[in-house]
Amino acid sequence: MLAAWRRMNPLARREALEAYLALSPWLFGFVVFTIIPIAVSIFLSFTQWTIVEPPTWIGIDNYVRMFTRDPLFWQSLKVTGLFVLISLPLKLVFGLALALLLNNRLPGMNFFRTVFYIPAVISGVAVSLMWMWLLQPDTGVVNTLLDYVGVRGPNWFWDKDWALPSVALMSVWKVGGSAIIYLAGLQNIPAQLYEAAEIDGAGRWGRFLRITIPLLTPTIFFQLIIEMIDSFKVFTEAFVITQGGPLRSTYFYMLYFYEEAFRNFNMGYASALALFLTLIILATTIFINYTSKRWVYYESE
Amino acid sequence: MSLNSSAARTNDSLVDRDRQLRRSNRTTALRRLAGNGFLYFIMVVLALIFMIPLLWMFTTSLKTRQEIFVWPPTWLPNTPQWGNYVEAFDKYPLARFMFNSAVLVMINSLGEVLSVPLIAFAFARLRFPGRKILFILMLSTMMIPGQIKLIPLFSMFSRLGMIGTYWPLVLPSFFGNPFFIFLMVQYMRTIPRDLDEAARIDGASTWVILYRIILPLSLPAVTVMLVFTFLWTWNDFISPLIYLSDFNSYPISVGLAFFQGRYSVEWNMFMAATLISIIPVLALYFFAQRHLIGGISTLGLKG
Repeated sequence: MLAAWRRMNPLARREALEAYLALSPWLFGFVVFTIIPIAVSIFLSFTQWTIVEPPTWIGIDNYVRMFTRDPLFWQSLKVTGLFVLISLPLKLVFGLALALLLNNRLPGMNFFRTVFYIPAVISGVAVSLMWMWLLQPDTGVVNTLLDYVGVRGPNWFWDKDWALPSVALMSVWKVGGSAIIYLAGLQNIPAQLYEAAEIDGAGRWGRFLRITIPLLTPTIFFQLIIEMIDSFKVFTEAFVITQGGPLRSTYFYMLYFYEEAFRNFNMGYASALALFLTLIILATTIFINYTSKRWVYYESE
Repeated sequence: MSLNSSAARTNDSLVDRDRQLRRSNRTTALRRLAGNGFLYFIMVVLALIFMIPLLWMFTTSLKTRQEIFVWPPTWLPNTPQWGNYVEAFDKYPLARFMFNSAVLVMINSLGEVLSVPLIAFAFARLRFPGRKILFILMLSTMMIPGQIKLIPLFSMFSRLGMIGTYWPLVLPSFFGNPFFIFLMVQYMRTIPRDLDEAARIDGASTWVILYRIILPLSLPAVTVMLVFTFLWTWNDFISPLIYLSDFNSYPISVGLAFFQGRYSVEWNMFMAATLISIIPVLALYFFAQRHLIGGISTLGLKG
């Protein structure tokens, strides 16, 4: 960089200086709000720290405790992992199905797009409160509707086997958010491809499998990663609705992290928890990225 | 389309082909009409299913306290209790909470408008050593999950004596959000360079070019940014939960959650309050839908 600097004429130097000046807010924020916090977080994960006294170095004790003598860690990991496994396929499939419906260029589709996207703009707290009321065992609208068709609805959030699926159900209601992204992907597929396939005698299903799906794989890939990260970070729903219950069946990882950090002030241990979650997310992202070579289609190839 | 082209390929006599075409056009038109009717039917049913939660929240908010616990539940209130909305404002400091959220939205918007175009301009238009690396670094920070930074930031703000104030909730936006910087860079790159080069020949400085030419032309991107700033600030929960302790300073998200558990039997009031809390977001959504959808397709962001 220095060598480049020497080679520059005064005018170019001036432009570069102006650029650094313009960038300075970001550079400052990058160091203070990103680099330093990450470094400090890694350091803190090897300490015991209750915020009152300075942190004491305890080596890998936090990690040993996590893996060997902390049933809550395993429980929260299990709950979160299970939730990712339940909600991720649901969101991917329903999001795509909804986008395919919306992609029919017919009058009024913009109206439906507006309707389906509404849930995605509402805050997690409001959505949580609303679903709490909808899924009331006796007076809730969902169980009332189930009653009409002769099904006795479960106790939803208040049953240890149903609480986690209930949170997944809520997340499916917000699927319009992913549908919009799929829709953008669908609309980028050139219409000539479909016309050519139709001339060659490909049916609806054939066109879907041979054109839509392959050309949509970059979008699916992107969605998979974003939704996966989102699912690992569930917090609001658990905090507002169930507080992790009943019997810790919705004790999400982030809820455990929050309680350790900001209720019990075990900041060192909580840092280790946060770091581990980040590593899981990173590893999963890298894994998906690695497999993407086999199934994601890029036009330039 | 397919019938037309396959018909074109056949070598039947002209009259024959014409008759064939007309007949097949009629059947495809009929089939298409039936197909569209079916599609609309599915869309309407789905839209109803998606809207039932909000409609149920609305009808609940208009019921009396006795009505909400009647079994089997009724769909509509006997007499709509519009007074519930007035009472909700009395019972919960809704106005206060929403005012607090609005203050946070405004300060954050100010921060983004001051910082993001400036930073994006440097990446989009100026040449300087290290541009590529810094841009990649900036993009890579979008990938870092926020929770890893929570504890260090909390301790940093607590050392600065900022816990219990709005500083931790607004300060970062003055240093540029990478999502918005990326959005703005992408947008600025579409503005023809001839414009700023002509201005430069006329003797305009870098800053004049940014604030007189590029920024006015980037208003669509600025709008997208402001819409998302509104949504994210209004809906943010974990940061105000961690940093604020004084009840009167709560934004609407934390305020609402606070009441849950305290007044959980008064679901009619509670649903009224929840509905009120989402009205600003819905209003923004209906007015700025185009910008929102545009931002989503560029950034892949959701609400």
